[in-house]
Amino acid sequence: MTSRRRFIALAAGAFAAGKARAQLDPNIAAKRRAALDAALRKVTGGAPVRPGKVKLEVPPLVDNGNAVPVTVTVDSPMTQAEHVKAIHLFTEKNPQPYVLSAQLGPRAGRARLATRARIADSGKVIAIAELADGSYWSHEVSVIVTLSACLEDGLI
Amino acid sequence: MRLAPLLLAAVCAAVYAGEIPLAERRSGYEFMGPQTRAMQDDEATSPALFWLMDGETLWNGGRASCASCHGDARESMKGVATRYPRVVGGKLVNLEQRINACRVERQKAVPYPYESKELLALTAYVGRQSRGLPIALEADAATQRYIDAGRERFERPQGQLNLACAQCHDDNWGKSLAGTPVPQAHPTGYPLYRLEWQSLGSLERRLRNCMIGVRAEPYAYGAPEMVELELYLMWRARGMKLETPAVRP
Amino acid sequence: MARVAVTVPASAKRGEVIEIKTLAEHAMENGFRRTQTGELIPRDIITQFSCSYNGVEVFRAELHPAVAANPLITFTTVATESGTLEFKWTGDNGYVATHSAKIAVA
Repeated sequence: MTSRRRFIALAAGAFAAGKARAQLDPNIAAKRRAALDAALRKVTGGAPVRPGKVKLEVPPLVDNGNAVPVTVTVDSPMTQAEHVKAIHLFTEKNPQPYVLSAQLGPRAGRARLATRARIADSGKVIAIAELADGSYWSHEVSVIVTLSACLEDGLI
Repeated sequence: MRLAPLLLAAVCAAVYAGEIPLAERRSGYEFMGPQTRAMQDDEATSPALFWLMDGETLWNGGRASCASCHGDARESMKGVATRYPRVVGGKLVNLEQRINACRVERQKAVPYPYESKELLALTAYVGRQSRGLPIALEADAATQRYIDAGRERFERPQGQLNLACAQCHDDNWGKSLAGTPVPQAHPTGYPLYRLEWQSLGSLERRLRNCMIGVRAEPYAYGAPEMVELELYLMWRARGMKLETPAVRP
Repeated sequence: MARVAVTVPASAKRGEVIEIKTLAEHAMENGFRRTQTGELIPRDIITQFSCSYNGVEVFRAELHPAVAANPLITFTTVATESGTLEFKWTGDNGYVATHSAKIAVA
């Protein structure tokens, strides 16, 4: 009785360990955060990013993570002297952090961009604006993503 | 133990509380967030747009095109989708089957498979010509028995989860199921772009999803039991505006 | 050819900021999904989008797998002069799509 229990416990442990390596990586949150930080650093070159000037509009409760409408507006006169050079969008919990990067300039007239993103899991969406004077500004919004109630399970 | 029969009666009454009163009916549109509604409303950027473009091409193209008999769909197809499923030649058919019947009989062409890009595009294009019009199904001598059969399927518990459509969609609409609101299940916008599918899809595909959800054997595409259920659902939504092609989560 | 849909006004006043809405037909296969038998479905996405106004690039975007299927990109540009707006999408596996629209600026 004891030896059978021990066998089952050992087998379950081995199975769990194997699965953990494949899917249930206990470090996945940390890895994704690290990937996000690396992406942010790549885009800003390590320059400080200040909250402000950027308005990221994204529904706080997402109807479906496959297509989430996102709008980014940056407060800027968009003149030759003072304008937004680029807008970058990131997510915190996706398998990779980048969503979209756009190059603007004074010819844009207004710093406003809209798209639809895929957001895999509840977490932060981050918009970064790069201004002509080399400064970086950001806005972060936390969203909740739920799964559809009835899925197809691969059967159409 | 006089409580037991009372409790039993109360439970039964709660489970089969009955149809939603006409005045309280709400489209799935109202259960979505404003941004998803905007995706449906702005037709220039709706993800369903490409199917509509395809539908228009299919309508006008080829030898013996739809247009060669029906002319401009914007005129000839106005109101058509609000009257399906209907009895044609003694048989209850939905819009997809009617389109395929035309293909076979009048265009001498092979019917489009269910859920094919072409059939979805044509059905969406035809349906679009009724967008904004009220669903115009009424029970009459021809359709009453199909409506009754469809209602019986809607109210019968099925699948391993032993749930009836009515238990969620008549009795518990508006409440949350795993974080998502339960809609009333009115097919006001089919075929529609379902964000979950990342594609346009038919009412039959959605009903099969539901049946898989309760772990029931889903009805086959085009099966009589499926079309009866579609008729019941459309009749249950009579008077509500058609939104084809809608967008839904 | 690969299909796109662009909404842009046909005319505008000089100096007016116009909004351009673009939609491209593309599944944007993200490269993280698996088949029923566990094989990874390879990535196949649009990677670049650009808009030129009389030959001068006025907007460019880099897309990643986190952009939803049938990608929507809405942006603005100043109506400087009459002419042609050229739109171009490129992506994996040689995907290319183009569109052009004339604009009259008074």
